[in-house]
Amino acid sequence: MSFLEKLGFKKKEERLKEGLEKSRTGLLSKLGKAVIGKDTVDEEVLDELEEVLITSDVGVSTTLKIIRRIEERVKKDKYLNTSELQRILREEIIALLRENDTDKPAEFEAATPAKPHVIMVVGVNGVGKTTTIGKLAWHYKQAGKNVLLGAADTFRAAAVNQLTIWSERAGVPIIQQGQNADPAAVAYDTVAAAKSRGADVVLIDTAGRLHNKKGLMDELSKIKRVMSKIVPEAPHEVLLVLDASTGQNAMQQAKAFTEAVDITGLALTKLDGTAKGGIVIGISSELNVPVKYIGVGEQAADLQVFDRVGFVNALFDKS
Amino acid sequence: MFDDLSSKLQSTFKTLSGQSKITELNIAEAVREIRRALLDADVNYEVAREFTKKVKDQALEQDVLTSVSPGQLFTKIVYDELTQVLGGKQEEIRFATTPPTVILIAGLQGSGKTTFTGKLAKYLKSKGRNPLLAAADVYRPAAVEQLKTLAEQIKVPVYSIEEKDAVRTAREALQFARSNAHDVLIIDTAGRLHVDEKMMAEVSEIKKAVQPNEILFVVDSMTGQDAVNTAREFDKTIDFDGVVLTKLDGDTRGGAALSIRNVVEKPIKFISMGEKLDSLTPFFPDRMAQRILGMGDVISLVEKAQQEFDEKEAKQLQQRITSDKFDLEDFHKQINQIKKMGSLKDLAGMIPGVSQKLKDTEIDDNALDPIEAIINSMTPDERRNPHILNASRKRRIASGSGTSVRAVNDLLKQFSQMKKMMKTMTKMSKMGRAMQGLKNLTGRP
Ligand SMILES: Nc1nc2c(ncn2[C@@H]2O[C@H](COP(=O)(O)OP(=O)(O)OP(=O)(O)O)[C@@H](O)[C@H]2O)c(=O)[nH]1
Ligand SMILES: Nc1nc2c(ncn2[C@@H]2O[C@H](COP(=O)(O)OP(=O)(O)OP(=O)(O)O)[C@@H](O)[C@H]2O)c(=O)[nH]1
Ligand SMILES: [Mg+2]
Ligand SMILES: [Mg+2]
Repeated sequence: MSFLEKLGFKKKEERLKEGLEKSRTGLLSKLGKAVIGKDTVDEEVLDELEEVLITSDVGVSTTLKIIRRIEERVKKDKYLNTSELQRILREEIIALLRENDTDKPAEFEAATPAKPHVIMVVGVNGVGKTTTIGKLAWHYKQAGKNVLLGAADTFRAAAVNQLTIWSERAGVPIIQQGQNADPAAVAYDTVAAAKSRGADVVLIDTAGRLHNKKGLMDELSKIKRVMSKIVPEAPHEVLLVLDASTGQNAMQQAKAFTEAVDITGLALTKLDGTAKGGIVIGISSELNVPVKYIGVGEQAADLQVFDRVGFVNALFDKS
Repeated sequence: MFDDLSSKLQSTFKTLSGQSKITELNIAEAVREIRRALLDADVNYEVAREFTKKVKDQALEQDVLTSVSPGQLFTKIVYDELTQVLGGKQEEIRFATTPPTVILIAGLQGSGKTTFTGKLAKYLKSKGRNPLLAAADVYRPAAVEQLKTLAEQIKVPVYSIEEKDAVRTAREALQFARSNAHDVLIIDTAGRLHVDEKMMAEVSEIKKAVQPNEILFVVDSMTGQDAVNTAREFDKTIDFDGVVLTKLDGDTRGGAALSIRNVVEKPIKFISMGEKLDSLTPFFPDRMAQRILGMGDVISLVEKAQQEFDEKEAKQLQQRITSDKFDLEDFHKQINQIKKMGSLKDLAGMIPGVSQKLKDTEIDDNALDPIEAIINSMTPDERRNPHILNASRKRRIASGSGTSVRAVNDLLKQFSQMKKMMKTMTKMSKMGRAMQGLKNLTGRP
């Protein structure tokens, strides 16, 4: 056991696997059952597959899309066994998940193409925006970056206190103007401060808002807009946080937030539960936006850079 | 998505019009549509399968009545069954015979527990109770401050201690409630995953320590397939008494409600419709059923309309709408009826195809009260010809109704929005979609 492991830090892959453990075993045992004693992928197997995907929140239309593609391939090469089916399934899903944009690196050590690199974090209520910012700050700081937080959620009770505690945990400064301050002004001042201090990374927290509330979505667009007055390209990244336990509504969320602030990446939180977060497959494919991070716990270290091959492998692999 | 499931069903059943019975064969397509609608609404896979099977079996026993189309009949069977599964009788909080009543709030991370704790306190306070809140979330950064901030808004005290000990906080809070004449204690707990054994043991400990009269499980209405797993595990551990569905002010279809009702037979006691503390509402199974099916429910419109509308008036109203003569006077009359029927948005949403359009129009139900006052302050002439309302008339109306010129302007804007909506409905009916509903409104065949 390494020193770090003794301290309770797990290696990246282990955490990812642990987080996905439940879904992996569930899926495998079901697929296994469906194929045992059969040398072809028949109707029954596809039904099982449908169940597995739907119960992972992949959604009906994406599931049908995947099944149709598998059916086509089954038609072509008739005798598929379990492992071939899994391989094809893996390929199809990986193909649906968009690859990370190299302009907006997710790796913490990578040099940021802009300085400051401004990341705005958005999403509906309670999905884990503030916590994700705390984790990102911690990771960037660990990677030697100069980080600045902006407390632009001035609405939710004690939101500023919450982010302040995270700034202390991560050991990074925070710009805040208290509760009920103008969120756009906070974002503006944060980017301005980052520019004059020469910060590498800026993380802007925003209040949770339901995507069907027009006024609140307009406010978000405004918060985004004012930042570009100081740094023309800012925010370089607009991260939409999705709760892995959310069902099909996540698609509506992603569409509405894209419309309002043009999201550039997704963060999928709470994957340490039994929810599978399958909805990101459809979102990533339909909106052409990559999943960048996953959250697998409530501590600072419980965040990982999303790796689509690893993600799908962790879902389907045996060992 | 399936915003107008019922119109799909209508067309599915068009081919059926000559047939007098629903059969296995001719129902297959409709059953598929229902199942897909349920899955799109996040009803759990297994639950959706069982539910559609049950509905199909019921439908197979029915003769197709001549007065309703088979499509309508099937829609109604689905809707009735769903309402029944979701419903049961309306259940309130169970109060202790000797106070204080202890209420424990539990659920996953970010589901809305702390906000609901504030809402419930406000609700109970308005009913003359004297609640105390316990801040038993000792983990989340600033959880205690959050609860204190909310409590301050409603002038309710919070009990918290320095030590990070949730069980002790709860126990001491109960002592404090007893010795300070608080008749209700609401305990806010940390969000926890059902697979987190340590945290599940903690909430179990809290339960043991304070023996709650009522344990409420708070669930985000946007939850997907996993809702069954979490509800089942929480129920196993704390045997909760009721469910609170939050964030229903969003546009989620909320199928989790059906899933949860199916795996744990516990009533949904409250729904939460906003971040502000006054948006706590009792649960209505029929509205939830409509929402899950995501459909303008023709049958339900017929039923509601028959109950509430005077036949003659409805006939006149329809004429006025179609000839674009609908004015503020009609509006005023409608307000009273709409109030009886539930929300304006719900009402319009019952007409196939309209619900989607309505998402773009903002209709605020709370606005109905001042609206009445404003219309009451207008002269009949003004009601019939709102365009004559100039600045001085508006000022007079504002002061007469105890509102503001802005409120008067808002009303006029809202009225024109409503007219627009009515036109949409009329257009739809011209296209033959909502015709059924409107015809039934007027009682014509
Ligand atoms: N288990 C688990 N919990 C998480 C994760 N990410 C966040 N949480 C928890 O989810 C809850 C909500 O997180 P926040 O960061 O406050 O969410 P938010 O989106 O900022 O919420 P609002 O600002 O109120 O909209 C907190 O209890 C977090 O500890 C995760 O990856 N796993
Ligand atoms: N729109 C809307 N937001 C809500 C509702 N209920 C709660 N929220 C918001 O959801 C977020 C999370 O609510 P909290 O009350 O902090 O949730 P919690 O379950 O206490 O969270 P943890 O303690 O971190 O597990 C906050 O932003 C709330 O304002 C609701 O009914 N509608
Ligand atoms: Mg937050
Ligand atoms: Mg809380």
